[in-house]
Amino acid sequence: MPGPTVLAADYFQSYSVVGLLGVIGVLFVAVAFGAGRLLRPVVPTPEKLLTYECGVDPVGEGWAHTQVRYYVYAFLYVIFAVDSIFLFPWATVFADPQYGATTLVEMFIFLGFLAVGLLYAYKKGVLAWT
Amino acid sequence: MNDALDVALRLLVVFAVFLVLPLVIGQTEHKVMAHMQGRLGPMYAGGFHGWAQLVADGVKFAQKEDVVPAGADRRIFQLAPAVALLPYLLVLVAIPIGPGEGAVGEVVDAGLFFVLAVMGVGVLGSLMAGWASANKFSLLGGLRTAAQLLAYELPMLLTAASVAMAAGTVSLPGIVEAFEWWWLPWQIVGALVFFVAGLAELQRPPFDMPVADSEIIFGAYTEYTGLRFALFLLAEYAGIVVLCGLTTVLFLGGWHGPWGADGLGWVWTLLKTAILAFLVIWLRVSYPRLREDQLQKLAWTTLVPLALAQIALTGIVKVAIQ
Repeated sequence: MPGPTVLAADYFQSYSVVGLLGVIGVLFVAVAFGAGRLLRPVVPTPEKLLTYECGVDPVGEGWAHTQVRYYVYAFLYVIFAVDSIFLFPWATVFADPQYGATTLVEMFIFLGFLAVGLLYAYKKGVLAWT
Repeated sequence: MNDALDVALRLLVVFAVFLVLPLVIGQTEHKVMAHMQGRLGPMYAGGFHGWAQLVADGVKFAQKEDVVPAGADRRIFQLAPAVALLPYLLVLVAIPIGPGEGAVGEVVDAGLFFVLAVMGVGVLGSLMAGWASANKFSLLGGLRTAAQLLAYELPMLLTAASVAMAAGTVSLPGIVEAFEWWWLPWQIVGALVFFVAGLAELQRPPFDMPVADSEIIFGAYTEYTGLRFALFLLAEYAGIVVLCGLTTVLFLGGWHGPWGADGLGWVWTLLKTAILAFLVIWLRVSYPRLREDQLQKLAWTTLVPLALAQIALTGIVKVAIQ
């Protein structure tokens, strides 16, 4: 029983230090914003609060329709990134001699899947612009 | 009690590094860029070669009026700089600069994973800024930022995984511990891909399309003034520190050096980080900006295949030498 408990305690200790640093960071930003509020002038005019559009009055809304041409990249990214996350736990154990070449073969199957996916996207022409 | 003091001291040092090193890099950038372009750079503030220029800039930023456009999403707009900046502070705590427990803010057991995950959060700040500004330039800049993250996060992840494979651990001190000099040629492709992808994620030239001033003013940061704008700039320079530090730790052997192994390891880490930071500045001066489609093409048709090849190479060599 004591073994695992100690491990977990260590685990939480290192992340609680990270959390503490996060608190310091939030405090830093809060103090900076608070001090800024005391230091700076506040003289708003309607012209100042206009959305910037190179000096002329803004046309329409800022939240405009745009054609997001690279949405296909987003799909590709999600697929690939989720896959590659699994590399990390695997990376720590794959070279264990008792696995022999099994893990290596697995790796090539994995890479093969990614490569074929990429090649397919390339063939489909989604990696080129127009 | 001693433990608490120890932790407090470590956090203090990390925080000091977070505030000072980005300014040092910023000042170096002023000077290096100036000399590469045959001019002097800031010479007045503080007397000696304008060393206090960034302090003066800081004072100026703090005194500027904070304008939130009437059309903006106020809360998100105001929070965005903090979201962009704080991840880099958190990452710094996990980067070891010397051997042993004494020379790292905190040993995070899954350090590599933690660092990559937290760094990805920083981009959210730019996205929030881009969307909340309700400005067309900002929106375009934000979308470009997102696209850039999507394209370059992947090669970064893959090459980092290659290092984890080589070292057999995802702990950052563990990786440097396992480093041997011949990793340098072995992982060189991964190192280049990682560094280039990191550069793109920081939106540094030549990958600064999201803030391209000749097209979209300043991208997601167009509407920002004063302190909040300064925090975005600080985030960029803190990002340079983090990227160079990480590249040093993962690929260049961190505290290992040809001599001075005992006690002076941290000098090596800092030296390598500084050289990489110089490289980042150098690239800004010497390369033109890549177009948006060229950016995507470089990532998907060059960096990702290279990263996959590096993983294959790492796997084969690692299993062969076991």
